[in-house]
Amino acid sequence: MENLFFLAKNAIFIYHFIFKGSIHLKQGGTMVDSNVVLFGQTLAYTLYCIAILLLMGWFGMRITTKTGSNVVKPALFYSFVGFLVVLGVSLHIVTYNTIPWSPVDLNRSDYTPDKKFEITVANHEFQLPAEKLTIECHDLVLFDVTSHDLTYGFGLFRQDNTMVFQMQVVPGHRNDILWKFDKPGVYSIRSTEYSGPRGVPMIVKDAVEVLACEESTKE
Amino acid sequence: MEFIKTLWTGEKGLFKPDGLTPMQRITLRFVVAALLFYGIVVIEGMLMRIYEIEPVLLTGKEQFFAIMTAHPLVGIFGSTYCLVFGAFFFVLPMLMKKPLWSIKMANWTFWLVTMGTFIFWFAGFVSHYAPLYTLYWPLPADFDQFSVVGGTFFILGIAIVMAGTTLFIINVFKTIAYTPEGWEKQPAGALLASAIGLTGFRNLFTKKKKEHLVPLPAAAIARGTIDMAFNTAIILFTGVLILVYMVASLLGFDLKETAVDALLYKNWFWWGLDLIADGLVLIFVAGTWYLLATLITGKDVFMQNIARAALLLELIVSWTVWSHHLLSDQAQPSMLKVVSGEMVTAFELITQGLAFFITLATLWSARPLKMTNSLKFLLGGLTGFALAVPAGIMQADVGLNRILHNTQWVVGPHVHVAVLVGLTMTLYAAVYALFPLVTNGAQLYSQKLANIHFWCHLFGGIGMGAFMGMAGLKGMLRRSLYVDGEYSLYMILAGLAGALLLTAFLAFFINIVMSVGLQGVIGIFRPSKIKTKELMPGDAK
Repeated sequence: MENLFFLAKNAIFIYHFIFKGSIHLKQGGTMVDSNVVLFGQTLAYTLYCIAILLLMGWFGMRITTKTGSNVVKPALFYSFVGFLVVLGVSLHIVTYNTIPWSPVDLNRSDYTPDKKFEITVANHEFQLPAEKLTIECHDLVLFDVTSHDLTYGFGLFRQDNTMVFQMQVVPGHRNDILWKFDKPGVYSIRSTEYSGPRGVPMIVKDAVEVLACEESTKE
Repeated sequence: MEFIKTLWTGEKGLFKPDGLTPMQRITLRFVVAALLFYGIVVIEGMLMRIYEIEPVLLTGKEQFFAIMTAHPLVGIFGSTYCLVFGAFFFVLPMLMKKPLWSIKMANWTFWLVTMGTFIFWFAGFVSHYAPLYTLYWPLPADFDQFSVVGGTFFILGIAIVMAGTTLFIINVFKTIAYTPEGWEKQPAGALLASAIGLTGFRNLFTKKKKEHLVPLPAAAIARGTIDMAFNTAIILFTGVLILVYMVASLLGFDLKETAVDALLYKNWFWWGLDLIADGLVLIFVAGTWYLLATLITGKDVFMQNIARAALLLELIVSWTVWSHHLLSDQAQPSMLKVVSGEMVTAFELITQGLAFFITLATLWSARPLKMTNSLKFLLGGLTGFALAVPAGIMQADVGLNRILHNTQWVVGPHVHVAVLVGLTMTLYAAVYALFPLVTNGAQLYSQKLANIHFWCHLFGGIGMGAFMGMAGLKGMLRRSLYVDGEYSLYMILAGLAGALLLTAFLAFFINIVMSVGLQGVIGIFRPSKIKTKELMPGDAK
């Protein structure tokens, strides 16, 4: 009975976390930088790797010695299964509620962009609507990219080559992405999908500029 | 002088190829071919690594991408398939306690897979046909960039490999179900039901539990082979489609590329391709872990019923998991992204985690164990998947995929660690375990070389994955070239890790050649003097 109560309480908590979470990007809200998300991921994965390497090292040493019990209780096994289930389910709930572009991405039609850029790609070249795509700080921008021949990629990169975001550009289909810019900076466009050796130089340097905004540091 | 003698006759002259049964020969032929193709893969990998540091050694980016196209395909079909086919042709009859259904068909499989691999590798090497293994439509039919003749031979080579694979699939299911000559009639239907997991599934809902007629590792082979059948059909279908465009072009017709929907194509191709990466590889690996744990400990697998259920679950998961490759495709329906791409993919954490725990628990229950080569490599393989599977689960997330897709992160900590450390070390564990059986008691030349093989492979594989991953987190793409040295530091470090992998391969290669001798290697390819369908000479009636 106690277990049932515990489960019900958690189910309500998870429901509120998913559907009522305040972390979702609202029109006018701010969007965390993708570098911050990557830092969190790097930290979590590095710690996990260290833990698993230590565990396997310990296991390798202990397995050759006869100390303690050899019995593995089924309770341990079922606890491990439960842990995996919780981990597998919670990972996406956590990211959906902490990575602001996740809900935006899955519900693009619910948002009204402040600005829209229509970009075409053909013969391994990007055709931009202007030489420089200028964006006001805090604008929610829609990039709508159409390919007239091959499958390409569309990615925005910082000056130090780190990625802001990317998407695939598939011919014959709509390829659009919404992004909110809360920091000033100059970004380059690069194809993030292989389209043959001719696609290697598909880079438009400093193609996007986000204008200065208050209380921000320039990237 | 002693060295020359050993090089010719093998360690202490113990390996006698004349005493090999046809089945032992087939297995050893596959191992030799797998080793040679793996050598090509490692050398080509190093060439690409060096080119990414400094554009030298290769003729240009066309050759770089031609190598990048052939590299994973030779690795999967030439090396891994050969090793898996060789091992399973030996292990399956051993587990089922009856001869392989057709030795002739197994020989055909060997020649088709090895020749097909050589043909597509050579076609790519000569013509620089380079649409990559992903073959995103309409790139494979882009004859402005690629030679149509080279491409035709490339696709034909792949098709020949698939033909060989088809024969393997038939042989596996026939071996499980058939009744050998002079035997009492075997319950073919019940055997197949047990092999694919129907018996176990039925047992979950009935009090009258039916006996499992097929041992757990054989069931894993059967279930992985189901995925192999599906992916073979998809690859063959796609190959034929591309060939139609190629043949039309050769005849002077220019077929409309828009006749094929690029997104639909991507869906069906990834569905088929993922049946390898997230299907048969994981199932075969789990089966091999169980087999090795049983061989090493002499005990039954811990929680055997759950292990069978997990294998069945993995089979179903593998059919519905492909969409995690399309999380960055904006036209892909959100429902598919969330259900197939995220949720079903997360199940792999559970199925692979179960196999991991069950194997460790089986080993633990038999302590103290001697740290043999096969145990060492098994632990390495388990470590590889423990590192690579969570990396894959992370990138199979709508949010994280937006900044990880097509970066070196995907191919480093996930693909290379899974394949090099997880899969390859598991297969090496099987090679070390089966070596005395398939060679009739030949001895390993050097334990020191085996240790070098282990440590260099482990550190090389993990190191390469780690440095590629770091570059990926800094924005380095996986299918591109950086000519201004943007990521040189990471690429140099990954190159050093690659050098460790090369060292490991050389240590293993020398060890195996010195163990069986050049005379032995040649002898493996001669016809058998023993006419028997049994596995070992002692089994022959």
